[in-house]
Amino acid sequence: MLRFIVRRLLQAIPTLLILSILVFAWLRLLPGGPAGALLGDKATPEKIADLNRVLGLDQPIFVQYFKFLGRILTGDFGSSLASGQPVLSEIGFALPATIELSVGALIIAVGLGIPFGYLAARFRAGILDNAVIIVTLVGVAVPVFFLGYFLQDNFAELLGLPSSGRQSSGLDATHVTGFAVLDGVLTQEWDAAWDAIEHLILPAIALATIPLAVIVRITRASVLDVLNEDFIRTAQSKGLRQPTIRRRHVLRNALLPVATTIGLQTGLLLGGAVLTEKVFNIRGIGYLLAEGIERRDYPRLQALILLGAVVYVVVNMLVDISYGIIDPRVRVR
Amino acid sequence: MKSKKDKLDDLAAASAGRSLSGEAFRRMARSPVAITGAVITGLFVLLAIFAPLIAPKDPYERSMQGSVQLGKGIIPGPMPGYPLGVDDFGRDLLSRLLVGAQQTLVVGVMATLIGLAAGILIGGTAGAVGGWVDTVLMRFVDVLLSVPSLLLAISVAALAAKPNQWTVIIAVSIVTVPVFARLLRGAMLAQRSSDHVLAATSLGVKRRTIVLRHMLPNALGPVIVQATLTLATSIIEAASLSFLGLGDPDPSRAEWGLMLGNASSKFLDIRPELAYYPAIAIIIVALGFTLLGESMREALDPKNRR
Repeated sequence: MLRFIVRRLLQAIPTLLILSILVFAWLRLLPGGPAGALLGDKATPEKIADLNRVLGLDQPIFVQYFKFLGRILTGDFGSSLASGQPVLSEIGFALPATIELSVGALIIAVGLGIPFGYLAARFRAGILDNAVIIVTLVGVAVPVFFLGYFLQDNFAELLGLPSSGRQSSGLDATHVTGFAVLDGVLTQEWDAAWDAIEHLILPAIALATIPLAVIVRITRASVLDVLNEDFIRTAQSKGLRQPTIRRRHVLRNALLPVATTIGLQTGLLLGGAVLTEKVFNIRGIGYLLAEGIERRDYPRLQALILLGAVVYVVVNMLVDISYGIIDPRVRVR
Repeated sequence: MKSKKDKLDDLAAASAGRSLSGEAFRRMARSPVAITGAVITGLFVLLAIFAPLIAPKDPYERSMQGSVQLGKGIIPGPMPGYPLGVDDFGRDLLSRLLVGAQQTLVVGVMATLIGLAAGILIGGTAGAVGGWVDTVLMRFVDVLLSVPSLLLAISVAALAAKPNQWTVIIAVSIVTVPVFARLLRGAMLAQRSSDHVLAATSLGVKRRTIVLRHMLPNALGPVIVQATLTLATSIIEAASLSFLGLGDPDPSRAEWGLMLGNASSKFLDIRPELAYYPAIAIIIVALGFTLLGESMREALDPKNRR
């Protein structure tokens, strides 16, 4: 087991290294080079030459790369052009909002996706199954940001839900961790916690649709596969009760591929968060990114792209490892 | 449960030695899902081709600009001659939607074709050559896959000094390259160890001929299915890029993603239809391609061939 984990950890290193090279190259592919991008509209040839010297851009390219690698490994991503703050502290500040939103979306996606996927498979070709298939197909086809605006425009008022931001402005909430819901619970300010949850509902629904559709379909397909297995027939013929078969034999085996899929959804969530946070005015990572695009804030974008990919790689690695723990066959490969 | 007739058909197919693709096509022709998908995509393509002829008005002419007062929040709705009203520049919305089909198809098809071409080149080379070439190419592909897709598209689109239609298309297509490459490589590897390739090799057929004539055509099935599905996601991703301000800044172009991206952030309070109509159009077309792709996948799946 330990060997499997170590091997999987080592496999991630080359991926991350190549990634760092790509992101390094990315900034150098920018129109006007990194100095031009940093200076933006204020760029003149003299200023660019000056800045190139200051940034060490006149040095050999591999020296530059190793310096870059050294800096990002020590957590120095430079300063944001938009706010002047170190990019990393900006990100740290925005992270809780995005995590909260993604967790909310994941709860919706998993909480509805697995039961509906299971029921669709159990009552295959029934009304529920057909309805689930149609809804998931349409769900994937709806652009996330449009769904966000649609919910905001039509349901916020109807359901009495807030449609923007993370907390109501008049609320005097204590901030401990930066996670609005968690803070409310920790300080026992239940109204603040509930207020934060209310703010999360609509954006989390918008963000959850595509992962939900994917999880439903994978669960359904996976349950159908397992139902055809010999061991299910064996269990039935030796007279096990149906609920036992469903719980112990069907669900347990069917959920393995679903677990992998949930890991893969983090990438979708990260991309979707960019759109959802912009729509609902939530100051998270996606908001930083959207703002960074508008202002052409390249140091910030560079850090976000790199960290986004790192998170994705790490999450998938963890999923692989947990898969190895659940299913011993995976370890052998 | 298969009906008796189906079983007999399958038996006949097996004994007549019908090809997998021929049989898949036959199966699709009977599936309501496949037919729905084919009808939607067919209508969309026809509309895209003939849109300029059907459009009642010039989609670029700001004929009603005088009656649009954005400051007061007035964008006129349906009126005689303008069945769906006008957009924020006073242009006929119906005509823009119709012509938009063409532009949207161009974005979807071009993004898919570019991604497909690059993916086939990378995946095909990796699968045909193997060895260290395979390792290097697949490492690169894995890195691209490790970046969340919208983030990858954003980082490519943000490189453009002046965004335009092509920067959007290229940004969207790059996301699809690793997917195509991985799929094709997997299928090529399976082909490499198959009997007919072994037979061709032992007959002394040239390596290039084996790859191009025997391996590639047989490995393309899953890639084509994926391409159909990619058409749908490309259109949606292009819309997302427009929404994030990385789209074509030219306000005269009529493309559904661009129209949706602009209207949903700006005019939802004034005239939600400006966003709703292109959104519905995108959803229907994306659904069409998805249905077609999924039914193709199902029909080509050897598990369903008995």
